[in-house]
Amino acid sequence: MKELEFPFDSEYIIKKRKSLRRALLADGSTRLKKKIAVLGGSTTNDIVVYLDLFLLNHGIEAEFYQSEYGQYWQDAMFPGEELLSFAPDIVYIHTTNRNILNYPTTADTKEQVDALFEGEYDKFRQMWEKISDTYHCPIIQNNFEMPFYRLMGNKDCSDYRGRSNFLTRLNDRFYAYADSHEGFYINDINFISASYGLKAWSDPSYWNMYKYAMCVEAIPEFSANLSNIIKSVFGKNKKALALDLDNTLWGGVVGDDGVDGIQIGQETGVAQSYYEFQSYVKSLKSLGVILTVCSKNDYENAIAGLNHPEGALHPDDFIIIKANWENKDRNIIETAAELNIMTDAIVFADDNPAEREIVRAQVNGVSVPAMDGVENYIINIDRNGYFEVTNFSADDLKRNEMYKANAERAAQQASFADYGEYLRSLEMTGIIDDFIPVYLQRITQLTNKSNQFNVTTKRYTATEMEEVFNSDEYIRLYGKLIDKFGDNGVVSVVIGHKNGAVLDMDLWIMSCRVLKRDMELAMLDRLVERSRAAGIEKIRGYYYPTAKNKMVKELYGSFGFDKVSEDDEGNTVWELDITGYEPKNHVINVVDNSAVEN
Amino acid sequence: MDTKTIYARLNKVFRDVFDDDEITVGPKTTANDIEDWDSLEHITLMSAVQREFKVKFTMGEIASMKNVGEMADIIAARAK
Repeated sequence: MKELEFPFDSEYIIKKRKSLRRALLADGSTRLKKKIAVLGGSTTNDIVVYLDLFLLNHGIEAEFYQSEYGQYWQDAMFPGEELLSFAPDIVYIHTTNRNILNYPTTADTKEQVDALFEGEYDKFRQMWEKISDTYHCPIIQNNFEMPFYRLMGNKDCSDYRGRSNFLTRLNDRFYAYADSHEGFYINDINFISASYGLKAWSDPSYWNMYKYAMCVEAIPEFSANLSNIIKSVFGKNKKALALDLDNTLWGGVVGDDGVDGIQIGQETGVAQSYYEFQSYVKSLKSLGVILTVCSKNDYENAIAGLNHPEGALHPDDFIIIKANWENKDRNIIETAAELNIMTDAIVFADDNPAEREIVRAQVNGVSVPAMDGVENYIINIDRNGYFEVTNFSADDLKRNEMYKANAERAAQQASFADYGEYLRSLEMTGIIDDFIPVYLQRITQLTNKSNQFNVTTKRYTATEMEEVFNSDEYIRLYGKLIDKFGDNGVVSVVIGHKNGAVLDMDLWIMSCRVLKRDMELAMLDRLVERSRAAGIEKIRGYYYPTAKNKMVKELYGSFGFDKVSEDDEGNTVWELDITGYEPKNHVINVVDNSAVEN
Repeated sequence: MDTKTIYARLNKVFRDVFDDDEITVGPKTTANDIEDWDSLEHITLMSAVQREFKVKFTMGEIASMKNVGEMADIIAARAK
């Protein structure tokens, strides 16, 4: 919804919050259902109101628990029946610099201040550990915004007795905790308050009248920022950025002005602005964002522009280059199909408002940031949090290489008459084995990102996955596929839990980038082998339909399972007696964990 | 700004904030007359009214307003 995308009008959102919510709920989309506990050190009502709106816009319908006013610590440490039975999927701790119990005074010695510091920090640490032990779910914790006055003036930031200094130290300690604990995330209110303007943000009348730790007008921005962490944790990040060229990646029109006439590089202020934007886009690529081009241009002109010697981006930074005179909505839909991703995983950046409008209207779920004025391009993409990083795996770094290798494979496929011959020519090796710690993060990430090749659409938090990993109730497999064009990384995960002589399948997912490679057959072979070793005689599979997973409706059937039941909603149950099972994969050389480097 | 305009614009703000097109406010209207007007919604209302008329109420004004009439009086005195 355009009204909820940066740069949004907070005051409009405040005024229209009820009708916006109604419109979101009536848009007919299906949303993830999540439970969020908000433990506050100040009033949280409006924070939840706007968080709810932004999450609905991200495809998440949340149910909220809010602690009584200011009871965040008590609620975390001594939870009541209501919170325990609520069983949150995520706990958010909304504390601010108003919640520091003991600030240093100017009479304190360094040792006394150190003791105060450890005391304040310890209160938080105990709380996080307690929450983690009780709910086994991700935790989001605010850092501290800077105080709105400085008793010692500028020295407040450097002197150990200064409040600014004290809060900065606490923030650093929070970051160290975040760095060493998976599933623990910082909501950076220090940044958001500075960006909003600390003076307006911390207008004390809102604290004194309503016990809000920031001005009411800042809350939509605050909640938007918080919603980005939550939607990222639950796998709602975007995957690809499709870019226009003329007046988006450079100033001017390459077809009219010629390569020498476009503005890019260090010559003028405008050229530098485009260069800065190109550099930003290039950095997104290093985060694992897939880059593509979607431009109305002759292909040769587009390539010539991208080869400009002063540019930061080059043709090989893009996985797909659509430079033609087709409608852009069509090009975006084709881009999604070629990348094997949903259109709602694409962000389309174009300076032309008419093109944006067409794409927004015609392409289901695509995000289209406002791109008015090159000086605003970076912030308008950045603040929308499309690519918010919560878990950063080694695969993210390599994603662009992998998609590039995919494009090369497609080119080679065309030269083979027989598909089996093509598959054998890929010289594939699959590492398929029980989970190992080095891949746990990627495995968890995959369970939250896979929508299409996913029979149950069961999502796992980092903590839940760790429990699966540590339990002997499960048979777990991950699959990593390597071929002569490159390493595809961990692309498939299968989890089943033992139920006597039956293995009930909780999860069967695979990344769409390795479709039609017989990887699923290699996984099945290994699953049967491990099941037999564990005394299993029968495997029972489940398929739960969603808007996105039609491709695996008959997956178990294609494996030779028998359908044993189907209900009105299309949920099906399948069984396979594995006593006479013969291996099905003949093209992938399967190895075990001993093949993992290091 | 004349009183009629102020009430017309106030009315629109009230309808947006409480999402109810049946609301009509007058000088004597108080929180008791509008079902959803509680202390939490009051904060939203103050924010929306201040934005509509480009005024900033002081804490003292917010604390002492007894009805919509008093709100309109402050707006009449301050709004440009």
